[in-house]
Amino acid sequence: MGAEFVQLSLTPILIGILAAIACAIPGNFLLLRKQALIGDAISHVVLPGIVAAFLVTGTISTWPMMLGAAGAAVVAVVMIEAIRRLGRIETGAAMGVTFTTLFAAGVLLLEQTDTSSVHLDVEHALYGNLESLIWLSATGWTSLWDPAALADLPPELTRMAVTTLVIALLTVVFWRALKISTFDEGYANSIGIPVKTIGFALVIVSAVAAVAAFDAVGSIIVIAMFICPPATARLMTNRLEHQILWSIFFGAGSAVAGYVLAGYGPLWLGSSNAVSAAGMIATVSGLVLGVACLYAPARSRVTAAGH
Amino acid sequence: MTTNTLPALELAASDGHTGDMNRDTGLAASALAVRGLTVSYGTKPAVFSIDATVPKASMTAIVGPNGAGKSTFLKAVLGIIPRLSGAAYVDGKPLETMRRAIAYVPQRASVDWDFPTRVRDVVTMGQFRSLGLLGFIRPAHRKKTLECLERVGMADFADRQIGQLSGGQQQRVFLARALAQDAGLYLLDEPFAGVDAATEKAIIDVLKGLKAEGKTVVCVHHDLATVSDYFDHVLMLNIRKIAEGPVTTTFTGPMLQETYGGRLATTHIDQLKLD
Amino acid sequence: MLSTFLDALTLQAGYNAALVAVGATLLGVAGGCAGCFLFLRKRTLVSDAVAHATLPGVCIAFILMVFLGGDGRNLVGLLIGSAATAGLGLLTVDWITRKTRLSEDAAIGAVLSVFFGLGVVLLTVIQTLSHGKQAGLEGFLLGSTAGMLFQDAVIIAVGGAVSTAIILVLRRPMTLVAFDPEYAGATGVPVRFIDIAMMSVVMMVTVVGLKLVGLILIVSSLIIPSVSARFWTDRSDRLLVIAAATGGLAGYLGTAVSATAPNLPTGPIIVLVNFAFFSISMLLSPKRGVLAAFLRHRKFQVDVHLHQGLTSLARGEAIREPLTRKMMRSAGYIREDLVATGKGRAAAAKTVLDEARWAKARQIIQDEAIFASYDGLTPIEAVLTRDQIRDIDAALGAPAPLVSPAGG
Ligand SMILES: Nc1ncnc2c1ncn2[C@@H]1O[C@H](COP(=O)(O)OP(=O)(O)OP(=O)(O)O)[C@@H](O)[C@H]1O
Ligand SMILES: [Mg+2]
Repeated sequence: MGAEFVQLSLTPILIGILAAIACAIPGNFLLLRKQALIGDAISHVVLPGIVAAFLVTGTISTWPMMLGAAGAAVVAVVMIEAIRRLGRIETGAAMGVTFTTLFAAGVLLLEQTDTSSVHLDVEHALYGNLESLIWLSATGWTSLWDPAALADLPPELTRMAVTTLVIALLTVVFWRALKISTFDEGYANSIGIPVKTIGFALVIVSAVAAVAAFDAVGSIIVIAMFICPPATARLMTNRLEHQILWSIFFGAGSAVAGYVLAGYGPLWLGSSNAVSAAGMIATVSGLVLGVACLYAPARSRVTAAGH
Repeated sequence: MTTNTLPALELAASDGHTGDMNRDTGLAASALAVRGLTVSYGTKPAVFSIDATVPKASMTAIVGPNGAGKSTFLKAVLGIIPRLSGAAYVDGKPLETMRRAIAYVPQRASVDWDFPTRVRDVVTMGQFRSLGLLGFIRPAHRKKTLECLERVGMADFADRQIGQLSGGQQQRVFLARALAQDAGLYLLDEPFAGVDAATEKAIIDVLKGLKAEGKTVVCVHHDLATVSDYFDHVLMLNIRKIAEGPVTTTFTGPMLQETYGGRLATTHIDQLKLD
Repeated sequence: MLSTFLDALTLQAGYNAALVAVGATLLGVAGGCAGCFLFLRKRTLVSDAVAHATLPGVCIAFILMVFLGGDGRNLVGLLIGSAATAGLGLLTVDWITRKTRLSEDAAIGAVLSVFFGLGVVLLTVIQTLSHGKQAGLEGFLLGSTAGMLFQDAVIIAVGGAVSTAIILVLRRPMTLVAFDPEYAGATGVPVRFIDIAMMSVVMMVTVVGLKLVGLILIVSSLIIPSVSARFWTDRSDRLLVIAAATGGLAGYLGTAVSATAPNLPTGPIIVLVNFAFFSISMLLSPKRGVLAAFLRHRKFQVDVHLHQGLTSLARGEAIREPLTRKMMRSAGYIREDLVATGKGRAAAAKTVLDEARWAKARQIIQDEAIFASYDGLTPIEAVLTRDQIRDIDAALGAPAPLVSPAGG
């Protein structure tokens, strides 16, 4: 568990943890606003974003891909709002129309390009490739103090760390306004909180989290990060502050457990090949949610008068 | 076309009027003035061309049948939903600049009571303006929160999860949150809906206390039998304004008939024992 | 290209292709109908959970068949597997929503992502099992009709036919349940059974559509047609017919278009055709379309502001709102310096007269329907008869007080 761990497992685990936290924090608010599936819609349009970015720039490099994905997420959010407001269509249906269409456009564009590397990248975008984010130049725990080795950390780690930090900071700064407008939009509006802006900003922050996380854990599995830890946390407590902390705990815990299970689980079962870490993280977060649904202290709705 | 068949209806003041801003004297003297407010969902107005003036330190009831646009009126006044036309003024100044002076109590059913928070936190939300985004909650704020809960008789429930409250208790918590704002104008949407007699009494006592302090209270109200007891001013709505004025002169049988149309039987109006 | 398209359209591009086209059309019809019921019950995205939950089933079936010595790619086997986990996913959504405080959207998202995650894990297991040999399961993600066997085409055609038939037989009770489950229950409709039948059709469309459209896109066949149809009607029976028609047409056109070139995958094309129908509906429908609504709203807004301005003129009050001033000017009711023109004064007088008449009308006419449909702007002559207006004028009396009865 020494050098090899640091070299092969430390960075993927850290990236997994950070991705889980970055998604779980905004996920709490999406959950309480009954917009949990926005994460679903955003994640599905990452693929067309990447393909469009490739068609525009002709290269497969990180930044165009990220920008493409972010652009697609914004297009999706605007499209959903437009269909919802202008067409007066219920949110779920508006999301369904939007993400299937954009995804279909993405697949169609993809089929028009013959570069197999793009296909590979698309596969990564769907399933994630957490395992490949290793820290090659690390030689052991001492590398953590070695500037030369640190300079070689996978860029995904730095990116994910910055994203998570920014999201955490934004949440702290806008905590009060977020909480009030999530609980009682009309009231928040009446005391002058710009609820529309806050709602839109929340969705954009979620999109940023999804985009930053997709190349680590895959775009579909990001949805699990948005929903499972916050949902589990909601079943643990009746206070929003505690819920956020629980969701961070469950997100990070699922990331670690999922990664370890994916890497070592098959070995324990006598197989030599690891399975998808991202998929395993999603599975673990789902199992945790399942257990919470059965036993968590605040799992059932309080039935009070006036409901 | 039958236009102009009634000479008496010639325009009273037909010499051209220029836009004299000071002509509308009611504006500055009122706690809340609404001018030309129209709101529509789609192209059928929910509230049409309403002018209303709420005197300072009054208790005003907004009455009208279901779907008359009472909630819509309040929300549009506050700018929560967009207005098609019109504006609202508080103490003669545009409402948008006066938010600090207004406390709104939404309809109880408008929020998800399963939200993970405590009674105390909800009331603290009322101090958002003085706390700001990042201000720490100081002992003074805590004290204020408890005082407001005390005033509505809910101090013992400060640490309850809000989902564990009864309907009447939820209503009181909302009122406490409004009290915490230290506003001059209170706008309440059906504060007495679905509450028992004791809660109703508690709430009306608080509201009367506010009036005694010189504050203005506006309530959407459904119980016609208590209008005369609780309020001194009334605004009768049914998409358009039917009438407004002091309860004693405005809240009359014919006006009720007009507001509620055939929906209110004459016998029912008689039972209200109006003057 | 055009000739291949026409061949495909007329079902002459080969036996397989014809079967696929028929199957896609029937699936489109069934998807449109089943989707309508989901849409009416505001449960559209349940279909998304069902679709994603098929992936682990496909994988498990593949693994099982390989272990039993089979090929692993037998379509019937894979479809049975996918139906099994899709059903499990559905039950899980239902269980979470009923047993816990989590709302349905959270349950849908959790099931969708967790089942899909498990599927991805199993996909990597399969990769190691088949030692680099392509298992060919990728086709289930994005759908592919390339290299489809005759047997597969038959399954699609039969699946489409069966699901359409179920819908046809059960359409009445399904409509009742979708519209008002409690009322339906009270009138003796077996709500639970109908619900199950409805979800079975959703599952069948999903499972059979997997091979055609892929699991990520199959939900579009369930969602988009009913949303498109919603723009054309307010009645549930017509909604059903229109959704079935657009869904079927999209399936048919989609397969035909995709047959014209090798790199036009069926699934995305069907989705995009569906979206084209949706866009046309949303923009151009005369009733709920965006264009029509915008024009109506614009006209209504002008009318309201003019009414407002004229009322102010009549009362000798200032016109405060800039927008009102602008509209009053362009209507020629006031001059640049805000002084009323002759035309403006006449219109203001008419407005006041109408106001007074309406107020009196509300007192003396007992027909509520008139007032329920009144938008505040229609001239009174357009609503009431000449005789009624004469009565009102008589009741108003001359000289009538000009102040509105509001007394304000
Ligand atoms: N969000 C909305 N979208 C479309 N129509 C709406 C919306 N909200 C209200 N309406 C319609 O506007 C009208 C006025 O509604 P509003 O809620 O203001 O009535 P109200 O007087 O408060 O009724 P109640 O006494 O039942 O509370 C109703 O006909 C209602 O159907
Ligand atoms: Mg109301």
